[in-house]
Amino acid sequence: MLTLTCPYCGVSGEETEFHAGGEAHLKRFISGSTDAEFDEYMFLRENPKGVHFERWRHVYGCGKWFHAARDTNTLEVFGTYSAQVSEPPKEIKDKISAKRPGWSWRNFK
Amino acid sequence: MSKAVSALAGAKASGLVAIEERGLQGMITLRGDFASAAFKKAVKAVLGVDVPGQRAVAVQGEKAVAWMSPDELLVMVPHGEADAIVDALSEALKAEHHLAVNVSDARAVFRLSGMDALVREVIAKVAPVDMAGFGPGQIRRTRISQVAGAFWQPEAGVLDLVCFRSVAQYVFDLLKVSAMDGSEVGHLG
Ligand SMILES: [Zn+2]
Repeated sequence: MLTLTCPYCGVSGEETEFHAGGEAHLKRFISGSTDAEFDEYMFLRENPKGVHFERWRHVYGCGKWFHAARDTNTLEVFGTYSAQVSEPPKEIKDKISAKRPGWSWRNFK
Repeated sequence: MSKAVSALAGAKASGLVAIEERGLQGMITLRGDFASAAFKKAVKAVLGVDVPGQRAVAVQGEKAVAWMSPDELLVMVPHGEADAIVDALSEALKAEHHLAVNVSDARAVFRLSGMDALVREVIAKVAPVDMAGFGPGQIRRTRISQVAGAFWQPEAGVLDLVCFRSVAQYVFDLLKVSAMDGSEVGHLG
C-alpha cells in the first residue's frame, strides 16, 4: 500500500484518498514549438523501476495538488512537496541520494 | 420562497450507536488568505473565533469554524442565519480577494452518538483514517466508502459527519450497515 503525506493539510493517508496526476515537472510545449518538442511533451513519459516523481491530488481531502518523490518498485515515499515548483527541492533530492546513491531521473540527480 | 427541508427529513437508526440526520444546518464555504490580517479580523468579528489551525475546529456557541484546506474554512451556523452571515462576511472582506457562499442546502449532516470507542469504530470501518488518534477538536476530510465526506467530534461519544446532499441516502445506509448490532470489532477499546 502506498501511503502519502499531503504537504498542505498534513494528513498521512493511503492512496485511495488521493488521485494520481501523472508525471511531475513536465514542461509544456504547445503552439510555436517544434514537432519533436511537442511529441516529447505530449507522448513520452518516464517509466522507471525505482526513483520517480509524480503529481498527486488530495482529492478526498483538502483538494490540493502536490508533488511526490517515490520508488515505484518498493512504494517507499522519499517525500512530498509543494506543487508550486518546477523541480524537486534540494531537501528531497538529498533524501533520495541518502537512500539511492547515484540516482538520476530526466535532468535531475 | 419554498420551504427548506433536509435531505432525509431527520431519519434515525440505531445499532452499535445512534445515527441521526441532523436536519437543517447552516453551512458556509469561506475561502481567502489566512495570513491576511483583514481575513483574520473578519472571521473574529463575524464568527467570534480565531481562524482555526490546521485541521482544527473552533466552536463558539451555535457557531463552529473548521479548517478545510490552507485557504478554505467551513463555517457552521444556524440554518436561518446563514444568508445574513454570508452578507456580513462579504461586507467585512469586500476589500479582500475571498469567497463566501451559503452551501447549506447542498449538504447533509449526520450525528453518531453512543460509546466513544464505538462511534469511532463505525467510522473506522468506512473511512481510511486511523481513528485511534482521532478526537474532539479535529476535523478530517476523507473518503466515506465511495464518496467524499468530513467529520469531527463536538465531544467524546458524539461525531458529526457532513457529505453532499445528493449522496445522503447512500451515507445513511452505509452508516447503518457499519453500526449493525453484533458487528463490533472492539479494536478501539
Ligand atoms: Zn491535503
